[in-house]
Amino acid sequence: MTITGRRGFLKGSLAAMGGGLAAAATGGTARAAGDIKVNEWMKTLGEGVVSRPYGLPSEYESHVRRRWVEWLTATRESSVSFTPIQDLDGIVTPNGLCFERHHGGIAEVDPSEYRLMINGLVEKPLIFTLDDLKRMPRVNRFYFLECAANSGMEWRGAQLNGCQYTHGMIHCLQYTGVALKTVLEQAGIRPNGKWILAEGGDASGLDRSIPIEKALDDCMLAFAMNGEALRPEQGYPVRLVVPGWEGNMWIKWIRRIEVGDEPWHTREETSKYTDLMEDGRSRRFTWIMDAKSVVTSPSPQAPLKYKGVNVLSGLAWSGRGKVKRVDVTFDGGRNWVEAELAPPVLSRCLTRFHVNFEWDGRPLLIQSRCIDETGYIQPTKDELRAVRGTNSIYHNNGIQTWHVMASGEVENVEIS
Amino acid sequence: MSRFRNTALGLVFSAALLAAPALAGDLGLGRVATPEEIAVWDIDVRPDGKGLPEGRGTVAEGEEIFIEKCAMCHGEFGEGVGRYPVLAGGQDTLDTENPVKTIGSYWPYLSAAFDYIRHAMPFGEPQSLKPDEIYAIIAYLLYLNDLMDEDGELSKENFTSFRLPNENGFFDDPRPDTPTIAEKGEPCMKNCKQEVKIVKRARVIDVTPEGEEE
Ligand code: HEC
Repeated sequence: MTITGRRGFLKGSLAAMGGGLAAAATGGTARAAGDIKVNEWMKTLGEGVVSRPYGLPSEYESHVRRRWVEWLTATRESSVSFTPIQDLDGIVTPNGLCFERHHGGIAEVDPSEYRLMINGLVEKPLIFTLDDLKRMPRVNRFYFLECAANSGMEWRGAQLNGCQYTHGMIHCLQYTGVALKTVLEQAGIRPNGKWILAEGGDASGLDRSIPIEKALDDCMLAFAMNGEALRPEQGYPVRLVVPGWEGNMWIKWIRRIEVGDEPWHTREETSKYTDLMEDGRSRRFTWIMDAKSVVTSPSPQAPLKYKGVNVLSGLAWSGRGKVKRVDVTFDGGRNWVEAELAPPVLSRCLTRFHVNFEWDGRPLLIQSRCIDETGYIQPTKDELRAVRGTNSIYHNNGIQTWHVMASGEVENVEIS
Repeated sequence: MSRFRNTALGLVFSAALLAAPALAGDLGLGRVATPEEIAVWDIDVRPDGKGLPEGRGTVAEGEEIFIEKCAMCHGEFGEGVGRYPVLAGGQDTLDTENPVKTIGSYWPYLSAAFDYIRHAMPFGEPQSLKPDEIYAIIAYLLYLNDLMDEDGELSKENFTSFRLPNENGFFDDPRPDTPTIAEKGEPCMKNCKQEVKIVKRARVIDVTPEGEEE
């Protein structure tokens, strides 16, 4: 077993754990002779331009899709689908694969009828059209969005076999829009304006309170994702961007922002999105998404197919800033290597990491541990349970363990 | 550029002014929202009662509306049908293995119920209830949670006098709540533990979706 960490080849670090089997060198992955031929697509003309006015992936990639867990919710209109992170690379999520969380289905908003209202403790309550917003000074930023309930099904133990299900309530996009500060300044915040309420214009009218400091610091009203208009699933035509904070606050189809002197304590910040502790008391306003990481390959939906040379690939992120370091273990935490971070490493953005390794066919226990620039260390699940119990649903950023079996299949486990 | 005096550049100068970068402050965009327009959309309600509309409704009226418009999902007594949310009961369960979070057991403020029902319920037909109906339904929900008598009435006037039992059950976010590098130093990288055993497996629970739906 040989591992290439950030500092080149780290030979034999796994042999240290289990008695020094030589790495099985099965060589290349090309199939046997006879696979070189003049294929059909080399002999016929393909479809012409604009036969696909809006291009879609190859039909051979149809397994790369959002999935849902049917037993989780009562209805698909208030439910969640998951990003297939095991099939993706880099740090930017394709628009059609971003996980969805709707509370009243996907609103189909006519942009010509779209209006954004600013009211409450402002000098001048205002109404903007989409074109008004597009005439304001523009901002482009990359951010991850993670649902606070990502990994929430894993509090009591390993439950779902696949990082799509355990960690797929996340995406990372380039947003284009305007600073929320710019919009609020048009209305003029009164001195006693300390909070805003952001409200969606869909059939759930989801509303959340946000402190004014955050609203004026880095929040955005975005109308584009990865260069094109927001998808309806992501709040077309305008959604709120709340960098580093839980996805529930990133109001989609946003129709109104009210400035107030107190928080509203809405259902989404009391009944939901509060973290119940073991003693029956609950944390509230748990906004920030702590540092977290997951190995996306190998993982249950991305098994190891070959002995010999392989690439371990994963994602790390922190709502507090930049990812500073990701450590990876292959032996259940006895020994760790520092993964290579693939640039760019951006603040409150997904960061891609890799470890090149040789697999000799013996079982592995793989974990990753993220450390961010504030010195926050991704905790183990047991460390989290020791502080919070198992009923808190949200903010499970504990270290994930994948068990790679001799067959190359991978399962979701927890270890001592 | 704006410092040029040369008349030959005069045209350029004024063209530049026409497209001068807008400074922070008033961009002259948007229009003033009238009180009538604000009233159409501003339907939020706060714990101190701000935002409550005029209106009233009794437990008995609420029961009738609830059975007609809510019970098919939430059950006649708020017990929840299938996976639909439970709206009543759950008192004394918050520190147990199976906490049941309802308006009576968990929610800190009754205002959230008004705000939420007014925005989102009945599911599939939101914003169809009149204020009197919402007061009546919430009176019935209070009754189901043993927080109002059978002959009770809820109104804009007495709304904030109903305090929920778990109001003091919440505290502000104390994270980070696990040790940082500043507290425990760099994590161990070599020979960090003796033996490792698998203690939990997802396969045993077997709830992962198989195959492809549709
Ligand atoms: C068609 C099914 C359906 C009907 C009818 C319905 N609801 Fe709901 N209700 C739901 C669903 C689904 C949710 C959860 C939605 C979510 O979280 O996005 C919900 C959530 C709620 C909640 C919040 C529960 C919690 O614990 O946070 C309340 C309160 C509520 N409904 C009240 C009502 C009232 C009052 C009515 C009748 C006027 C009603 N509902 C009618 C499906 C329904």
